Amino acid sequence: MTLAEDTDPALKPTGPLVSVRNVSHAYGKSQGANLLVLDNVNLDLNDNEIVGLLGRSGSGKSTLLRSISGLIKPTSGKISFPNYEDQDHATSVAMVFQTFALFPWLTVQENVELGLEALRTPADERRKRALAAIDMIGLDGFENAYPKELSGGMRQRVGLARALVVDPSILLMDEPFSALDVLTAETLRTDLLDLWCEGRMPIKSILIVTHNIEEAVLMCDRILVFSSNPGRIASEIKVDLPQPRNRQDPAFRALVEDIYTRMTAKTATSPLGDGLFPGTGIGMVLPHVSTNTFSGLIEAVAAKPFMGKADLPELGAALQLEVDELFPIAETLQLFRFAELAGGDIKLTPAGRRYAESEVDARKQLFAKHLLAYVPLASHIRRVLDDRPAHSAPASRFRDELEDFMSEEYAAETLKAVTQWGRYAETYAYDENADRFFIEEAEHDAEPAKTAAA
Amino acid sequence: MVFLFEDRRGGATPLARFLPAGVAPNRADIVAFVMLTALVVLIGHGAAQMVQPLSKLVIEPVSLDPARLPEYALRTTLRMFLGLGASLIFTFVFATLAAKSKKAEMVIVPMLDILQSVPVLGFLTFTYAFFLSLFPGSQLGAECAAVFLIFTSQAWNMAFSFYQSLRTIPNDLGEVSQQFGLSPWRRFIRLELPFATPALVWNMMMSMSGAWFFVVVSEAFTVGKTTITLPGIGSYIAVAEDHQDLRAVGYAVAVMGVVILAYDQLFFRPIVAWADKFRFEQTASQEEPQSWLYNLIRRTKVMRMLASPLSWPAMLLTKIDWKPRAPKIEIQIGPRTSQAIDTVWLGVISVLVVVAVWFIGDFIMRTVTLDEVGKTFLFGFATLARVVVMIAIASVIWVPIGVWIGLNPKWAERLQPVAQFLAAFPANVLFPFAVMLIAGLRLDPNIWLSPLMVLGAQWYILFNVIAGASALPNDLKEAVSLFHVRSWQWWRRFALPGIFPYYVTGAITASGGAWNASMVAEYVTWGGKHFEATGLGSYMAQQSADGDYHRVALAVVVMSLFVVLFNRLLWRPLYRFGERRLRID
Repeated sequence: MTLAEDTDPALKPTGPLVSVRNVSHAYGKSQGANLLVLDNVNLDLNDNEIVGLLGRSGSGKSTLLRSISGLIKPTSGKISFPNYEDQDHATSVAMVFQTFALFPWLTVQENVELGLEALRTPADERRKRALAAIDMIGLDGFENAYPKELSGGMRQRVGLARALVVDPSILLMDEPFSALDVLTAETLRTDLLDLWCEGRMPIKSILIVTHNIEEAVLMCDRILVFSSNPGRIASEIKVDLPQPRNRQDPAFRALVEDIYTRMTAKTATSPLGDGLFPGTGIGMVLPHVSTNTFSGLIEAVAAKPFMGKADLPELGAALQLEVDELFPIAETLQLFRFAELAGGDIKLTPAGRRYAESEVDARKQLFAKHLLAYVPLASHIRRVLDDRPAHSAPASRFRDELEDFMSEEYAAETLKAVTQWGRYAETYAYDENADRFFIEEAEHDAEPAKTAAA
Repeated sequence: MVFLFEDRRGGATPLARFLPAGVAPNRADIVAFVMLTALVVLIGHGAAQMVQPLSKLVIEPVSLDPARLPEYALRTTLRMFLGLGASLIFTFVFATLAAKSKKAEMVIVPMLDILQSVPVLGFLTFTYAFFLSLFPGSQLGAECAAVFLIFTSQAWNMAFSFYQSLRTIPNDLGEVSQQFGLSPWRRFIRLELPFATPALVWNMMMSMSGAWFFVVVSEAFTVGKTTITLPGIGSYIAVAEDHQDLRAVGYAVAVMGVVILAYDQLFFRPIVAWADKFRFEQTASQEEPQSWLYNLIRRTKVMRMLASPLSWPAMLLTKIDWKPRAPKIEIQIGPRTSQAIDTVWLGVISVLVVVAVWFIGDFIMRTVTLDEVGKTFLFGFATLARVVVMIAIASVIWVPIGVWIGLNPKWAERLQPVAQFLAAFPANVLFPFAVMLIAGLRLDPNIWLSPLMVLGAQWYILFNVIAGASALPNDLKEAVSLFHVRSWQWWRRFALPGIFPYYVTGAITASGGAWNASMVAEYVTWGGKHFEATGLGSYMAQQSADGDYHRVALAVVVMSLFVVLFNRLLWRPLYRFGERRLRID
């Protein structure tokens, strides 16, 4: 095993392994209306700890991880490695990817050797070290296999071996288990924790990005919960439960519940009820939540056993939805004022109850009313269409407007969301060929058409 | 296992890596050895012939003796591979440049786009003059002109494919390379080149198919008073035409068929089978492309040993280690400054373009009157009409047949390679038969020469439609039959929309081929007698034969305009529509 720890007394840790100071990161084309993905984040990563970054998608946790790995340069702020000032950046950190990121044309061993090759390690040593890493991670016998011959769990093991073989002091993991099925993820998590607890890995600290609350509580010594408007560290939670941890332990459950509550808490800055979507007014980044899912969640909360009020962890478990799937839907309900999120619970409003009890047409009308009242972009589109004599406007007009507030991807996603909602509500229509929004004549002149196209 | 990636299983040297498995040759080894030796001898012979003085062509003209045909075929093939090599070098240099530098991209990408649709045969007149003056008195000049023509017919789509691959490198793999700090060279060898390989190999194959047509033309070419006949299948056929020797044409057609089959089996099949491992799919593919030769190489010990030199250049590539000389100096420029630089760059390019246009215009208008320019445009419309009508007729014939074949998996499997073979076969080799018919029956060349334009190109429509119909999803087929969708509705709602993206791809290639073929299809000779159809192609051919460079330039410019506009106004919108609305995934 050549993955020995550094015993050089000169490198004895004197401070944090990584120190992140006032890091901000902004996306956006114009200088004025940048979307802050990270806002003034401070973080110290210490020796011998696993730290989790928890938050919904878009909260900047991945951006922070990539900033630490050196993949992107933050717009402002400083990231330093106090103990490794004189070393190359690439050698002190290594990253494990959500998608595994293996080269399909290289064998397991060649994949693992990639980082060493970049360091110009001699071929003999490269082979020895790679074999040792493959052995440690439990893949011996598969050295000559190609990634496509491996299962997902085995592929992530290769990704892990590739990261460990370069002797990093910090292991960065970007949602490493989220592309795996539940069973495989659990095995891999346990194996990783075993290696960590037995001190068999050369690393000094792990920083893991996740959206899975239980996973964070299971693995981490410290959890940083990110809020997303803009990306900030909302709270820091120390997990003192001894390893191995038990999901059924009441203390464990209480912690999970507590984090759910924190993640749904309204921040002081967001106006009442506007949910937690980044941006305000027509510049709000909206998730593409299908109206079917939307109705489905309202019905689920309205029905037994929840009867209008549900505990989010229980609801997530009942519907088999992960946090980053459940939250956008729940928050969309909140944006429409069909539900309220507070204290880790979701509670239907009177309007939400009425929606649950109505027939298709009544639902559509209610939806349309709330869409125009509470989704600024939708009412903006409708107003523009009403003002134009032809009741028609190119979608690019709104796309450009959105891109002043957010990245191109977010703009596309947001526009897709309001397009679908507007179509369902029959508030406006969209012609994909011409890429235009328009109001159907009959509908604009008379009452909204009442053809139920469910 | 050959090429590019060192295989560390056995040890350091490629020889040692296979030796421990035992060296006793088996029967397959002997077959392989004989073939490999033959190949080496043949290439050596062909190459030696190329540098002969030009006067040798006069003393020893192309003979119709069938015994000489294999040698001629070899020399034609050698030209093809030289062109392919040049195209590859061009691809690596320019596509990489375009993908890495925004400034280069602004110039290279539109240029490739135009060059892809410009008729390359028109350039032959100029390139011959240029290369003959470059190597006066040597056969090398003519050889270079031929190879250059092949290059111009092959390079653009290869470069485009490589550029597109580089632009679509998966994000996560890019991040891994960046995070580990791979040097740019290592990133190219480990990530970019392998990722681009499957698409590049496919485009090389398509390029080769198209290029047979041009190599045949380039071997017997007349510019003004000089007629060059480079020994090869093309010149053999040209001589046979002069002597009205149908039997010789028949021999040439047969040899051509054998050559195309051989290069497919011995060259492209193994490469396609090998390139399959670079396909970016994490799941094992359903049907791997098979090649008996590739399997032979992989399975036989001695063959692997013999083939191992093929991997040496690639191993060398991975061994090269260019250390970045100095840490990159990052110059921070604001968005304003970078925009200003872009504007200046665009300005420089625009000035260059204006100068080029002025230069070409001046060159053409030195002897050509405006009236004639108008007349040339009229010729253009005549050829356009031919292309449109012929593509329409070919579509009406081949779309139903292609759909029928594609829906019958048994037939599709058997006939798809045949269609691909026919697309690769240079149709101009068959022209003498058609011309003889026209001459014999006294048919109107204005009408009856037209089919020659799509003789070779139509197969692209067929094999693309077959591919499209085979890809129609089973559940749709079942739904259609459950609802008793029949006759016209079946075509309108199911088959035609389903194959549309494939059909458009085929039709774009076919119409490009038809434009290119117009120069040889509208103007044919049989036993010294000319037959011509009024059109831009025959105008170009005639002016080229008269050595009137100004008018050839005019014809090339007009044809380029027609083709580019045709592509922009018809094919591209159709393609976009198909991609957006009718792609079944």
